[in-house]
Amino acid sequence: MTDFFFARSQMAMSLAFHIIFAALGIGMPLLMAIAEGMYLRTSKPVYLDLSKRWSRGTAILFAVGAVSGTVLSFELGLLWPGFMEKAGAIIGMPFSLEGFAFFTEAIFIGVYLYGWNRLSPLMHWFSGLIVAVSGIFSGIFVVTANAWMNAPAGFKMVDGQFTEIDPIAAMLNPASFHEVLHMTLAAFVATGFAVAAVHAFFLLRDRNSLFHRSALGIALAVACVSIPLQILSGDYSARVVGRLQPAKLAAMEAHYRTQMGAPLLIGGNPNDKTRTTDYAISIPRGLSLLLADNPNARVAGLEEFPQSNWPNVRIVHWSFDLMVAAGMAMLALAAWSGWLWWKRQRPADHPRLLIALVAAGPLGFVAIEAGWIVTEVGRQPWIIYGVMRTENAVTPMPGIVAPFVIFTALYFFLAFIVVFLLRRQFVETAGPVSEISATSTHA
Amino acid sequence: MLELTVAIFMLLSLILYALMGGADFGGGMWDLLAVGPRAVRQRKAIAKAIGPIWEANHVWLILVIVLLFTGFPAGFAGMMTALNIPLTAMLIGIVLRGSAFIFRNYDSRSETTQRHWSEVFGIASFCTPFFQGIILGALATGQIRIENGHVVSGFFAGWLTPFALACGVFALGLFAFLAATYLTLDTQDQPDLQNDFRRRALWSGLALVPIAGVVFLASKQGAPEMYNGLTHWWAPLLLAWTSLASIVALVALWRRKFALARIAAISQVTLILVGWCLAQYPNLVTPDLTVSNTHAPKITLRLLILALGIGAVVLLPSLAFLFHLFKGKESR
Repeated sequence: MTDFFFARSQMAMSLAFHIIFAALGIGMPLLMAIAEGMYLRTSKPVYLDLSKRWSRGTAILFAVGAVSGTVLSFELGLLWPGFMEKAGAIIGMPFSLEGFAFFTEAIFIGVYLYGWNRLSPLMHWFSGLIVAVSGIFSGIFVVTANAWMNAPAGFKMVDGQFTEIDPIAAMLNPASFHEVLHMTLAAFVATGFAVAAVHAFFLLRDRNSLFHRSALGIALAVACVSIPLQILSGDYSARVVGRLQPAKLAAMEAHYRTQMGAPLLIGGNPNDKTRTTDYAISIPRGLSLLLADNPNARVAGLEEFPQSNWPNVRIVHWSFDLMVAAGMAMLALAAWSGWLWWKRQRPADHPRLLIALVAAGPLGFVAIEAGWIVTEVGRQPWIIYGVMRTENAVTPMPGIVAPFVIFTALYFFLAFIVVFLLRRQFVETAGPVSEISATSTHA
Repeated sequence: MLELTVAIFMLLSLILYALMGGADFGGGMWDLLAVGPRAVRQRKAIAKAIGPIWEANHVWLILVIVLLFTGFPAGFAGMMTALNIPLTAMLIGIVLRGSAFIFRNYDSRSETTQRHWSEVFGIASFCTPFFQGIILGALATGQIRIENGHVVSGFFAGWLTPFALACGVFALGLFAFLAATYLTLDTQDQPDLQNDFRRRALWSGLALVPIAGVVFLASKQGAPEMYNGLTHWWAPLLLAWTSLASIVALVALWRRKFALARIAAISQVTLILVGWCLAQYPNLVTPDLTVSNTHAPKITLRLLILALGIGAVVLLPSLAFLFHLFKGKESR
């Protein structure tokens, strides 16, 4: 295995790790702000306890997200200096803006976590809102940089040199809007379902816990509102990808042959040699219908592109199907919860629904990871789509296996500790959290 | 001029990183070195002092990096390639330090686990700035060579030299001194702890003098261009002010004028970094990569300066608020 392979693996591993904390860093502040807002409105202490308990978890997640994000900003250069040398001037702009947004988030998370006794309740809530908003913005900026790698804009190539650079046009590239929309919603979906699962789990043990009931209500509300929007945005994303990166779309759908009235293939085993997808569930004309609202529309297959420009079809297709399946399962669950909620006029606590919610806890993150595999592996063999190949951007540094192994071990260790600590935040402290938080401000 | 403006913003971010993030590292060092009957209380005071602000303090490093790769992409690519090994080591330190600090806060199983996290936090607080010093030192050695955008001097050039290693030790001393000086003000309500940190500030401040001497002597062989830079007309001026700042800091600590000591220590660190940059200018990686041969096109630099100006409008009041809330007079 080559250094190139390990460089890609290290980047993939670092992103796969960071994206969980980044998504929670966008989603958790919203939950906290809603809980604290409910407290300000209703003065019910349970909401205050809830926002305090959530904020303790967020503190841990945010810290790990911050350090893994710092690592990524260096890894761009440590692993892909060839890319950064050319692209830095073009997409440095969103990274700089992200720097400021993240800075604001880091400042106000300090204010929020340690300021319970130092700020008026309204100001405290307001700093929570700033954390939530700046978290969203920092996600938006970073995703535009990634969108540029998928749909490069804002420059001209003359003799292998980037000229007539326009960083604003690069930031507002054609893939930005759909990627930003899909990722931001994904953060809310994943956080909502993951947090709902935690509290559903405790509700199964103690059906009368007001604390877990209120928590489940907020998390489930966020999840149920965002998942239908996310499905719509996913449909929109697929159409844009079909237009901007037809080879990627063909790989997502395991669609080898160009045809009119193309079927939608679900699952199956894509075979690059025979250019067929065996054992797939085929929905006649489905793909044409989904992409163009026309059952007879022509959809370009992978055969239109030289095979050296294909991404790994199996990985992309299976990841895509996994993401869609996870999304659909969450949509069904949201419909079920919403229906029960509406029927009984209170957050659902039907035991079978609670069990389903616990089981669905990881689905949002499964969808995020699978979706990023689709986006990034689907972009291959390009680091800048159609412009620069990934293998030409890699560092000349030998022995990349060493940092890959070190960071992988380090991140597994961190993940283990984080899960352990998050569990303890809920398990061991049964009483009200007010006292814990009061002591932690003086820790 | 545009590239110079971006370079100055980078220097400012670097200085602020040293003053804030650097002091957090220093706090971690004193945590590890806490001994005697008041060790537990010393650790508590350190944790309390850096708890609310450390996340923000460390974003300055991200800002430095982002400015570097946007404003000077070729410089960034060269540095990241030639100094891959020490940079990776530094990153491991950053990850362990940040996570150990937060884990310690929330992992209250027993004294032993707290101690373990403390040790990780402390050791990483030593390693990270040591490698940062090495990296900054390596850039000045002149041993990293880049031809046509390719690093031709291998992956071990520069950073293993005595000069770079001396820079690493100097960074350790500087941050330890800075942290101890800040901590004298953070412990005003506990005179015995204040005494402890005063003593630590005085010792580390004194230790800086011979270390600085070694760095200077090592630069003659180890970083000749920088050494020559330090013989410019402005050098005696800067040396005089830096010496004045360090003497004022030590005297103020001795006479328990802690607020004055903090101002003097801040000035000292600022002057050292300004001097370092002036001696290094216009090189980013001596001698091949300079501010002028690696900068991004004008439009990028203009937009970057615009973003910095607008970003500062949000950032500076927010930072002022954060420090007012947790470090202001009425906060105690």
